[in-house]
Amino acid sequence: MTEQNPLVEMRHISKNFGGLQALNNASLELYPGEVLGVLGHNGAGKSTLIKILAGAETPSEGAIFVDGHEARIHDPNDARALGIETIYQELALCGNLNAPANLYMGREISKWGFLNKKAMKEETARALSKLNIRIKSLDTEVETMSGGQRQAISISRAVHFDTKILIMDEPTAALGMEESKMVMDLTVELKKQGIGIIWISHDIHEVYNFTDRITILHGGENVITGATRDFTEDEIVSMIISGRPVERNSAKEEV
Amino acid sequence: MTFDKLKSNPVVWILMVAVLMAIVLSFLSPFFMTVGNMTNLSKQVSIVAILAAGQAVVIISGGIDLSVGSVLALSAVVIGTLIQMDVDPTIAMIAGLIAGTVAGWVNGMVITRGKIPPFIATLGMLGIARGLALAITGGVSHPVLAPMFLYIGNAKLFALPIPLYFVIVTYLVIGIMMHKTVFGRHVYAIGGNERVARLQGIPVDRQKVKIYALSGFLAAVAAVVMTGRLAATPPSVAQAIELQAIAAVIIGGISFVGGRGIVITALIGALIMAMITNGLNILGISSFYQQVLIGIVIIVAVWLDNLKSASR
Repeated sequence: MTEQNPLVEMRHISKNFGGLQALNNASLELYPGEVLGVLGHNGAGKSTLIKILAGAETPSEGAIFVDGHEARIHDPNDARALGIETIYQELALCGNLNAPANLYMGREISKWGFLNKKAMKEETARALSKLNIRIKSLDTEVETMSGGQRQAISISRAVHFDTKILIMDEPTAALGMEESKMVMDLTVELKKQGIGIIWISHDIHEVYNFTDRITILHGGENVITGATRDFTEDEIVSMIISGRPVERNSAKEEV
Repeated sequence: MTFDKLKSNPVVWILMVAVLMAIVLSFLSPFFMTVGNMTNLSKQVSIVAILAAGQAVVIISGGIDLSVGSVLALSAVVIGTLIQMDVDPTIAMIAGLIAGTVAGWVNGMVITRGKIPPFIATLGMLGIARGLALAITGGVSHPVLAPMFLYIGNAKLFALPIPLYFVIVTYLVIGIMMHKTVFGRHVYAIGGNERVARLQGIPVDRQKVKIYALSGFLAAVAAVVMTGRLAATPPSVAQAIELQAIAAVIIGGISFVGGRGIVITALIGALIMAMITNGLNILGISSFYQQVLIGIVIIVAVWLDNLKSASR
């Protein structure tokens, strides 16, 4: 996998909020078709790092490379233009609108300002069926749907527009067990399509079973980055808490 | 299936209420369903109806426009003053339309750039526009006897009074705008969840400026009709009419929270209010009680709306 070129490289990223050093020389690499877990307890800097990639924050220092080219990401639209989409924990849909309206929100198919509802509906049906998402009717407002269905719509929206990098910020936090599984199945599907996925979660068990590689942050610095299976769940937990790499695996980290 | 669809359509419900009222009133008084009274009613309703169309768009976007009555007066005064100065009536009318649109645009800019809540921004404009209207004229009402305006106010075309055509065109255009265009879709999205709309790349601020400019423009259209009907432009015209426009929107069943509702129901809401006033007048009931009844209708309309959303 590592022979491929990374989709994203975040190099030597630092970020200060006034006197607070949220990130100190943090790095992140993401390859096509992998799920990278970003771990760390609250305040470790993981959400700041992700927000920088999504364009919600700008770094104080450091550079971001997308497909090997240096990218300047100043706002979410810049990120989106580079094929970086974010799925949020809270469901980011307009409950008063139906699935096609949500899927195409902000990039409606139109001619001279007039909506092409038929095309959007057909495309939505196609996008949802591609990910095996079943929804009663495309005409119903999304607020009448279950949390899992809505998250599924968010995901299909995120990947519909030629997305290469998908940031999933605790995508299952608001969901029940079955719905979480549905979201994870979806994510596996996206992985197969070569999309690089950054998965942020507090659920270690979920991360352990689901991610290919992990990076652990502590105090704004990388503790370790490596294949998830090189560690045990307990080792990961201890690294998150202590902020020091586990001795046994320190050699592997060098590779 | 089609019956279910009809049942859940908000336009059907409110239309049924309006028709029922018309039937009851025509039984109560032989004068209600006369051509003369209907003409009168449609003239009465036209100005509030035009304002309510703009107000409906604003309320669906999650905002409010309290300034429409004052903006109407300002536009009317611009028209009257220019005609007084021997400017061509058509040019005077265009200037009036521009004045209203600019006032609405200023509302939008204050709300989006100044980050002032719509209630406050348009409350400010309510004072500013009214004050300007009084200042421009020194409080004097100019007569407007240009044939074009008299035609707009008093003539009929195919047996229907001209103001009614203004109403029909307004609702046709706004209806198409809200349901067939990208702009309309954005209005619903902003009203539904502004943060999400912004996150998904909708130019929320730009669309909001357009929404308030549209409301200002429609206030100016109402001013044109008003000028025709009064054959004059008193700067104190249309005081508190914004409350009637808002009431029409609410009675029509458009949610005050935003994101929900169909603009045409505001027209039916305006008609219901006009029928209450007109019907009670014909029945010889004091106008004091009309206000009481309209107040009750507003509260009941929202109560019914709450029941509807609770069952959803």
